[in-house]
Amino acid sequence: MPSATTLLPDRPRADDDTLADRAAFVRTETIRLIELAKVGHYSSVFSAAEIFAALYYGVMRTDPTDPGWQDRDRFLMGKGHAAVGLFPILADLGYFPSDVLDGYTRLGSPLGDHPDMTKVPGIDFSSGSIGHALSNGLGMALGGRMAGRDFSVFVMLGDGEMQEGQVWEAALAGAHHRLGKLVAIVDRNGFQLDGSVDDVVGIEPLADKWQAFGWEVHEVDGHDAGAVRDLLLALAERPAEAAPSCVIARTRKGKGVRYMEEEPGWHLGYLTPADAAAAVAEIRAGLSGTGARA
Amino acid sequence: MSAVGTAPAAPLSDGSWQYRGLNALNPGLDHLSDGLLDLVDAGVPVIAGTADLQYSNGLVKFARTHPDRFLQFGISEQNMVSAAAGLATTGASPFVATFASFLALLCCEQIRMDVAYTKLPVRLIGHHTGISLGFYGTSHHATEDISTMRAIAGLTVVSPADGPQLRAAIRASASWPEPIYFRISRGRDPQVYDPEVEFEFGRGVEHSQGTDVTIIACGTQVHPALEAADALRAEGLSVGVVDMSTIKPLDEDLVRAVSARSAVVVTVEEHNVLGGLGAAVAEVMAETPTGSRLVRHGIRDEYSLIAPPTHLYAHYRLDAPGIAAVVREALA
Repeated sequence: MPSATTLLPDRPRADDDTLADRAAFVRTETIRLIELAKVGHYSSVFSAAEIFAALYYGVMRTDPTDPGWQDRDRFLMGKGHAAVGLFPILADLGYFPSDVLDGYTRLGSPLGDHPDMTKVPGIDFSSGSIGHALSNGLGMALGGRMAGRDFSVFVMLGDGEMQEGQVWEAALAGAHHRLGKLVAIVDRNGFQLDGSVDDVVGIEPLADKWQAFGWEVHEVDGHDAGAVRDLLLALAERPAEAAPSCVIARTRKGKGVRYMEEEPGWHLGYLTPADAAAAVAEIRAGLSGTGARA
Repeated sequence: MSAVGTAPAAPLSDGSWQYRGLNALNPGLDHLSDGLLDLVDAGVPVIAGTADLQYSNGLVKFARTHPDRFLQFGISEQNMVSAAAGLATTGASPFVATFASFLALLCCEQIRMDVAYTKLPVRLIGHHTGISLGFYGTSHHATEDISTMRAIAGLTVVSPADGPQLRAAIRASASWPEPIYFRISRGRDPQVYDPEVEFEFGRGVEHSQGTDVTIIACGTQVHPALEAADALRAEGLSVGVVDMSTIKPLDEDLVRAVSARSAVVVTVEEHNVLGGLGAAVAEVMAETPTGSRLVRHGIRDEYSLIAPPTHLYAHYRLDAPGIAAVVREALA
């Protein structure tokens, strides 16, 4: 049997101030990179920034010097179009040099709109096709348990992604196989490309649905990074054979930049350099402070 | 109304039977399991999965031998394929099996994005290919799987002719780095090869050489092609037969060799001629013209009829007499 479980490093457990600082870093870097690309998904990143920070600085066991380390915790993004917010974290942690970020979306860059495991160290699975990621994570959790490894698998899902049937196939299977190390995190920002999720095809009552599928459901303010960290730390320690967990993270699309929060349909866009500079100043000053969506 | 269950059930009369596939091992279907058991014996970390078809594809033997290496996904084919990709990232060697029609079409995008694009060593087993499911109907006929799977970059496409060749191909997959789509038939197909047969990815099997015609077949069509060749030879013709068991990467050297040698090349497949084996051969012959003529024989861009399989093979001239007739017409 693998003895790796006794050798695993401690979880990072960064404090609340550090997480807030890193979430702001995710937002400002996202603005900088999208300026290079001239178009991108700002607001999808902004709703998830505290979750990214909590996972990578507060919860997950990883080793940037060995991205393929088999005992590492895994993170998958069903909402892969928010990858531009993850790349700065991976560079910050040392998976690749920071100047790689500067080539974002240029010809031959490993970094595009969606995460690519074949090109970017630290990306645990590629995505882009909505609805596959929970199944991919299901396979990882099954494989980890069958190999006697103790890692946890975190899968971030967009709330619009709940409309994909394959998500619910994976939800059935995760509960059936009692994958306690599998954690779905729904970024419940309420919006998708064509409008509000409620208007496009509603998904409520979401918590009841996951519960009915056999998952242990938690709800959290997705912009309270400390609360997200504490919840995910607890879920990471779940037994390998238990109900899988679903965290419904209540978030605001565009969180951190007021006009994006006030115009939550702002799914894809581009800020002129002047507007980008103003947004960065706003993020650094922490002006929005409106918390999660009601 | 009479109460249900108050009287013992009357014994079934002679002639009634329980479907033999259910809850029973069927030795005729064990080739897939046997290949996987060979791999486990060789130290390969096999995990096998199916979507509610373990009796149909014969995985039940493997499941009973290694229950800790078997995953039942239920009727969720896309979830199974995506999960297999996740499994492969943990060091496992996943083999997942379901009807070819569902695997290659329903899961086409999962295969493309989660398996092939990521270059993960997942093995996809599409069984009951072509028209072998007969009267189950068009939904269950797989006459597009070669074309869809062949179009996915980085995916190897293999179509074994019988059980022994399937088992050998599965054994050989241990050293094949790419993801693989195995296109297999019912598992009860007429035997072409001895149990000791070896399999080499990317190499066609040349059964015989001929100057008048070479028949290039794959999968279930190899056996009737060999029978048709015997009949044609008895009529004085020089007939070659190639089992093109790997459709991708295609053995292009062999295609060029037989097209240089034979006046006519006839491809035979239980698949739409658009995009299938015949199309793959045509691409090579068009780019390296040798003067020989190509006739593609298969399903000609239509949805297949409902009938027992043997009736369908006869109707579409995919049995030995039918193939022989197609060759005669090609040479006329």
